[in-house]
Amino acid sequence: MSRTATNGSAASGSAVRGTTASSVRAFVAVLGRDVFVTGRELPSFLAQVLVQPVALLFIFGKVLGQLGYTQPGYAQILFPGMIALNAFLVALQNTSFPLVLDFSYSREIEDRLLAPLPISWVAVEKMLFGALRGLVAALLMFPIGLVMLGEIHWNLSGLPFAALCMVLGSLAGGTVGLTVGAAVPPRRINIMFAVILAPLIFTGASQFPWAQLDGLRWFQILCAFNPLTYVSEGMRGALLPWVPHMAPWVCVLALIGACGLFGALGIRFFLRRALD
Amino acid sequence: MTPAVEVLDLVKRYPKSSSNAVDNLSFEVHPGEVFGLLGPNGAGKTTTVGILTTRVTLTAGTARIGGVSVGSDPVAARRKVAVVPQQVNLDRSLNARQNLIFHAAYHGVPRTERRRLADELLDRMGLTDKAKARIDDLSGGQAQRLMIARALIHRPEVLFLDEPSTGLDPQARLFVHDRVSGLRSEGVTVVLTTHDMDEAEKLSDRVGIVDHGRMLTLDTPEKLIKSLPGSGTIDATVHPNGFTPDGLTDVLAAVQGVEQVEPVGTVPSQTGEDPGLRMRLYVADEPAALLGPVAAALHERQVTVNDLSLGSATLEDVFIDLTGRELR
Ligand SMILES: Nc1ncnc2c1ncn2[C@@H]1O[C@H](COP(=O)(O)OP(=O)(O)OP(=O)(O)O)[C@@H](O)[C@H]1O
Ligand SMILES: [Mg+2]
Repeated sequence: MSRTATNGSAASGSAVRGTTASSVRAFVAVLGRDVFVTGRELPSFLAQVLVQPVALLFIFGKVLGQLGYTQPGYAQILFPGMIALNAFLVALQNTSFPLVLDFSYSREIEDRLLAPLPISWVAVEKMLFGALRGLVAALLMFPIGLVMLGEIHWNLSGLPFAALCMVLGSLAGGTVGLTVGAAVPPRRINIMFAVILAPLIFTGASQFPWAQLDGLRWFQILCAFNPLTYVSEGMRGALLPWVPHMAPWVCVLALIGACGLFGALGIRFFLRRALD
Repeated sequence: MTPAVEVLDLVKRYPKSSSNAVDNLSFEVHPGEVFGLLGPNGAGKTTTVGILTTRVTLTAGTARIGGVSVGSDPVAARRKVAVVPQQVNLDRSLNARQNLIFHAAYHGVPRTERRRLADELLDRMGLTDKAKARIDDLSGGQAQRLMIARALIHRPEVLFLDEPSTGLDPQARLFVHDRVSGLRSEGVTVVLTTHDMDEAEKLSDRVGIVDHGRMLTLDTPEKLIKSLPGSGTIDATVHPNGFTPDGLTDVLAAVQGVEQVEPVGTVPSQTGEDPGLRMRLYVADEPAALLGPVAAALHERQVTVNDLSLGSATLEDVFIDLTGRELR
């Protein structure tokens, strides 16, 4: 049973337009609420978003390199992967975590579920806002990486495609987050981090080029199921075209597919949680 | 005139449940009316309110708000209703005033107007000095009043109050009652659920009593009370003198004009003898005329009468008569 669409055949054209206009207004207001709340807790947002990737980049890109445990070019390989990781993972966490809380005992989200917009739009708003935070987190990585690594050797003409991968990666992270957040009951939230997030971090090709995994075939196949792999590979392929990488069109198609699949699944789960 | 609320053969069965929470419920609420929905715990009141406010999907039947079906056009229905839920669901990331302002924004109230309305409502609800308070720092009664303010800010056609005064102190309860009466005079349709019979009797134009998801009866409080087998009552407090409560019931029921007798409790005695028994007698005619015969019947059996007092039946009597005594 679908309760999401405005019923066009039943109502007259102008009534539908009126309903749509008020739904759009409500959508903007609900998004505005999230932006407002984030603005107030900016320091904690920045800490949550930056500490982990900066630490990873510092240890693997800088410390191990200076000690001579990694090859000289490794930091260059790692950096685009860290940006991809941030886009995908921050989007995922920032969609799923608040959602688990929203649906917990306090049911704070109820006020928005009772606003005059389709409930699926509330789900889309949650996902979109998570993706927005992921994108901001990814963008913040650029200056930090530049400062930390000193110099980067990028193919600058690949920047537009890298930007596309970041946007798609954030959206994919948001849709996966919506699915996870709406599916996981509040008392399982600890398990969510151990069982879902950790594997996603390490099978996403952000610390290694996927195309060079020939010797570890099973792992390569496993990584292909992680949407993050396509973000990392897409960005690395655009910025470091001389490193072996996946074809760009494969990355774009896979990410669009992931957005479609998890978006639809997430909205389904969200509706089930939102309505008794 | 389109009914403000129209419920027809409404059925709700929760997933994995073996029985219907709402079971073929039908009723109408007229525009501008205060309608009381009464029923024991688990009767299906909150479920009914949930369906009418589009939070709960219906299994079968129809439910309309001002002619709009909540099942097929929930978005339009949400523009017409507001609800003060049984449990606090305020937005904890926002302070009191922001809760009002953002709620108004969701409902498309223009920016300048929502600020003005928020301040006005905070004032009306006696919360002006709590405007900047965090939700966690509000008392239960203050949170309740804030939820009422939030419900009113987008000028709903129908306001649902789910047990609006549970957990409130007498001042706050009176305050809420005044607000409901105020809304009524402004022409807002109010549907309230409650277990508090005095509250229902005082506020409602009509009440419906539900149990097990079914409507047992629906009328004005006065008519419901009149419809009881005995509409006048006599309360007798006695020392049973060896009689069991059942025995005494038989004695009293035998008095001409008494329609029904119910033990309503025991009274601890001050002198350390047997505890006193309180019995309620429902009578058909003028209860005063029966005081003599009742006293005589008890005196005949050497039962000491401590107190005989006249009363009239209340909504609570109707409620107990219809839904029985056992706990849910
Ligand atoms: N989300 C749910 N899932 C499954 N069953 C539910 C759910 N909510 C309520 N019920 C069941 O439906 C029935 C009606 O519950 P409801 O909350 O509507 O009662 P109520 O009249 O509001 O009671 P109260 O006076 O205690 O608030 C109960 O038997 C309850 O156990
Ligand atoms: Mg209830």
